[in-house]
Amino acid sequence: MNTVIKVENLRKTYGATVAVDDISFAVNKGEIFGILGPNGAGKTTTVECLQALRRPDSGRIRVLGLDPRTEAQALRRRIGSQLQESALPDRIKVWEALDLFASLSPGESDWQELMKQWGLYEKRKSSFSSLSGGQRQRLFVALALVNNPELVFLDEMTTGLDPAARRVAWDLIRTIREHGATVILVTHFMDEAEHLCDRVAIVDKGRIVALDSPQGLITTYATQVKVIFSTDRAELPWLEKVPNVQRVVKRGPRIEVEGSGPVLALVAASLVEHGITPSDLRMEQPSLEDVFLKLTGRSSGERG
Amino acid sequence: MRTLGKLAWVEIKLFIREPITMVFTFALPVIFLFVMGGVFGNTPDPEGEIYRGVGPTDYYLPAYIVLTICSISVVGLPVHLTAYRERGILRRLRASSISIWSVFGSQVIVSFFIAILGGILLTVIALLVYDIHLAVSPGLVIPAFIYITIAFAAMGIFLGAVLPTTRAAQGVGLILFFVMLILGGAGPPREVLSVAMQWVGDIMPLRWAIVLLQDPWLGFGWNSFVFGIVSAFGIVAAVLSLRFFRWE
Repeated sequence: MNTVIKVENLRKTYGATVAVDDISFAVNKGEIFGILGPNGAGKTTTVECLQALRRPDSGRIRVLGLDPRTEAQALRRRIGSQLQESALPDRIKVWEALDLFASLSPGESDWQELMKQWGLYEKRKSSFSSLSGGQRQRLFVALALVNNPELVFLDEMTTGLDPAARRVAWDLIRTIREHGATVILVTHFMDEAEHLCDRVAIVDKGRIVALDSPQGLITTYATQVKVIFSTDRAELPWLEKVPNVQRVVKRGPRIEVEGSGPVLALVAASLVEHGITPSDLRMEQPSLEDVFLKLTGRSSGERG
Repeated sequence: MRTLGKLAWVEIKLFIREPITMVFTFALPVIFLFVMGGVFGNTPDPEGEIYRGVGPTDYYLPAYIVLTICSISVVGLPVHLTAYRERGILRRLRASSISIWSVFGSQVIVSFFIAILGGILLTVIALLVYDIHLAVSPGLVIPAFIYITIAFAAMGIFLGAVLPTTRAAQGVGLILFFVMLILGGAGPPREVLSVAMQWVGDIMPLRWAIVLLQDPWLGFGWNSFVFGIVSAFGIVAAVLSLRFFRWE
């Protein structure tokens, strides 16, 4: 079986609020599949329906061949969940939590190894309430993995982690996949999705507005590149007439030229022709952030 | 089963790490034992009308053992469960396929653990200080103790299932506990209460649970009538808990 998740026309409302309007997608075995979107877009509701934590109003869902509506317990045993908004008892110790959750897996689970991998060994005798935000987050990810799941849901996993810990977490997620598990990554960090995900679904207002590999999304939706250089020349009126150039923005000595296609070569040639040879001429590729902005009208940092 | 055992063991450790709950659960019945024992001693009423004709401390000891069970179930357990729900701990447990039976079962096991410790503590103190009589029919006291603990745990789980917040659980639990304590047979003897007070005491499960343990303890044999009442409270509470329990 190569499809681990199949969702067709998923819909979920809370009273008058439509959280998920109409979502369909499929995830293949071994993928790192990203779900990206602004806050309130319906990302978490979608994955909660997949994890049998919420009942969808309508739509068809199969996860590992199981129906979350009727086979919830069997499903939960085979998946790993790192949830937003969950907690452990204040006075439970790190090792106790891992030992408890490991007891749910039918086979042997090496929670000691997991504890070391996720940098919790030093903290094994600390109570949950004494852990920092980042440590709690790592413990939750470790708990999500402790039953050797075939499919792992990570919802805003790196929120609260410092940049170094995030890099470590990324490496560990790649390791999860190398061990054969499929990963669903809900995130609002563009760089995370761009670095980790094989495919990304961009969700907005309860619908998927785009679904492709990060590079595919960029090629399709963000065709503009930026050529950047510095010069002390005040007026460059000829620059806007260079083929493929769409816009020239001047920020002090720094000039940003927006355009598409072979704009870098054309701009460079034109600069040399006019006797300008900037040593800092470079091109900025569009990123997932630009795709996101274009599709949702919001930047990833914006709340709402 | 493995998970139920682990969860129960973790819950027992968590209880021990929570000093305020520990003190409330264990110390309060002991304090009552000292106050009542100090005031009334253990000499039976010569006319045999008050305290069912037995020594007051003999009368109160089984009542305070049941009071310990009542305190865990009505005060401790609902607050514990509502806090678990409010903080997303239940959500976390559920997502990892921990079943409702493990959650409820672990609470029942913890109740047993505390009830047994509390019962031993009270009995030892009463023996040392007041020279009380031990249970006359231990073979009937033990099943009565087991039924009472299960029935009260079910009631506590029911309160935890229906009360929306930790604050509500604290308020409702404490009021129920003190009303039951005073009017349900752990306070002044029933004989000296007004009719209205007797009536309130009679609709409370504590009163019947105390009689269920007291009768075999004092040598009056097994009381099937109160066993029926306590079982009914327990069964109704268990059914309603399963019906109304919410993970989040």
